[in-house]
Amino acid sequence: MKILTLNFLTCARKACKAEPAAFPLHPRDAELEIVEAELNTEFLRNVLPRVEWEALRVVTEELGLPSLPNVAPEPDAIFPAASTAAAATANETPANPAPTQLLQDLHHLLLETTILSGKLVCGNCGHEYAVKEGIANFLLPSHLV
Amino acid sequence: MPEYLMRLVQVHESFRKAELQALAELAGVDMEFVSYSEDSPFCIISLASPAAARALITRSILSQAIYELWGHGSSLPALHASVLATSPPHWPSCATTSFRFTLDSYRGSRSTASQTTLIESFSYLPFTGPIQMRNPTHSFRIFEDYALGEKEPRYLYLGRFIADSGRQAKTTYDLKKRSYISTTSMDAELALVTANLSLAGPGKLFYDPFMGTGGFPVAAAHFGAVTLGSDIDGRSIRGKEDGKNVLGNFKQYNLTDHYLDSFVSDLTNSPVRGCLGPSPLSAGNAPGGWLDGIICDPPYGVREGLKVLGIKEGRGEWRKEMHLDRWQDEGYIPPKRPYSFEAMLDDIMHFAAVTLVEGGRLGMWMPSANDQDIELDVPTHPFLEVVSVCVQPFNKWSRKLLTYRRLPSNSILTSTTPWIKRREDPGLVHANDLNSFRKKYFEGFREKEPEAMSSGPLAEDAAST
Repeated sequence: MKILTLNFLTCARKACKAEPAAFPLHPRDAELEIVEAELNTEFLRNVLPRVEWEALRVVTEELGLPSLPNVAPEPDAIFPAASTAAAATANETPANPAPTQLLQDLHHLLLETTILSGKLVCGNCGHEYAVKEGIANFLLPSHLV
Repeated sequence: MPEYLMRLVQVHESFRKAELQALAELAGVDMEFVSYSEDSPFCIISLASPAAARALITRSILSQAIYELWGHGSSLPALHASVLATSPPHWPSCATTSFRFTLDSYRGSRSTASQTTLIESFSYLPFTGPIQMRNPTHSFRIFEDYALGEKEPRYLYLGRFIADSGRQAKTTYDLKKRSYISTTSMDAELALVTANLSLAGPGKLFYDPFMGTGGFPVAAAHFGAVTLGSDIDGRSIRGKEDGKNVLGNFKQYNLTDHYLDSFVSDLTNSPVRGCLGPSPLSAGNAPGGWLDGIICDPPYGVREGLKVLGIKEGRGEWRKEMHLDRWQDEGYIPPKRPYSFEAMLDDIMHFAAVTLVEGGRLGMWMPSANDQDIELDVPTHPFLEVVSVCVQPFNKWSRKLLTYRRLPSNSILTSTTPWIKRREDPGLVHANDLNSFRKKYFEGFREKEPEAMSSGPLAEDAAST
């Protein structure tokens, strides 16, 4: 499970949905793997505003990955000026400038870092969801449905 | 605006217009239908430029190619008159370049001699360049539309080729050549059309909550979207050894960069963030979602069981206790129970309403018996606007692709009564009682007869086992 996906998931229990402590899920005994992927600037520009930064920061820290700034960086700091939306709509298509280090780091963290196995723990109810072979299992036993 | 001839395919007719409209929106081009008929593979549209025509057709699955329209008419003399009237402004661009003429006869045929005569009847066109059948600069095509069984065409067109469609993807993604599929995999053609109608594209995030072997995510990834999927059955995601699994399919098509993740979950108890917003919904508490598109073919309860987490009622207390004792065991599989199809559809609608971004799309398949009214049972939601309803008919039943658009939060009508999802009747336990389509399917879609109405509970029990 990629770190980006983890940012979109909470505890599956209905009772936990309204509880702030249920998000993010906390990785435990996580075995990480790096799966290389091509940098997708367009996707990151679209999806980064939807990321809950504080939750991402917490998860990154818990996994012992390089720590993130306390507040989400401004889009201008991530995406080179020449390829911002304003320039993209202009008639000339500027040559793709080299991606910033920050963009490459976020790509590496969100889309290349994968939890291969381990557990995801709800901070509210303590329920543990297993991750095996990169696939998390969110099925609940009948008494928690 | 100049007119263009679209050579469509004569299958899945009710999907063709919806696909072109979706592609026009995606490409940001103005398109208007000048003439269109479900009964014909030829359709005239108006577009701003050949560049717009190229942008429009490049992803199309249900067309073959687009042509600049040089003339059309209900007979050969009428066609010539039309060509002479409208095409002269284009002539200088082809005066000295290589060219070729070919013929496309729909539901008709001509002998070679008759083809030559037809093509040579255009010899008044002032082209002095060489005739070249392979890779000419300009390729002209005469189109003939015959009524079934007729000897003479009912309509003719002449067009200059502009661009091919994206239909070769149908062959690339053919299920017969895919390493990992299941009995309920959607055929490649319709999966790709589903992704088109939902505007899958580069930079977007798409999700399929009933992914199975991943046919829809693969189709969305083909068009450049990054994809997420889940299924209640983890076995379908993990697949078999030797790499026959969902990820293996992405590898086969060299799309792994567009594979975000798969996970095991049930839509009625989903871990997806924001999916269980306050219910009933009102516009005031409609936060922006994070998915650009949701495309799915939910289980109808026929070939694929329609189940959600939980224990079927009336299975005895001992079962509940057994699960309480053993749920932490290694390899424990949570129990599942049958569920109502109507309730599931409404769950999907609600899920889409709260997880889609504004303008995001939901593409959802649903079955119906042919004797039910088509429009009546299209599920509705105040946050979602119907974009298109496309029908694929079978012999006694049909299935529809419903495409919805998530409305901007400020345009949602707050005055309407709050949306309340259709819930299950707690008294219903058997799959057949919960799912009228499943019942009809296994009854062979018989007309309701008086004696069938009075059949007792015993008969119903037998049918549901």
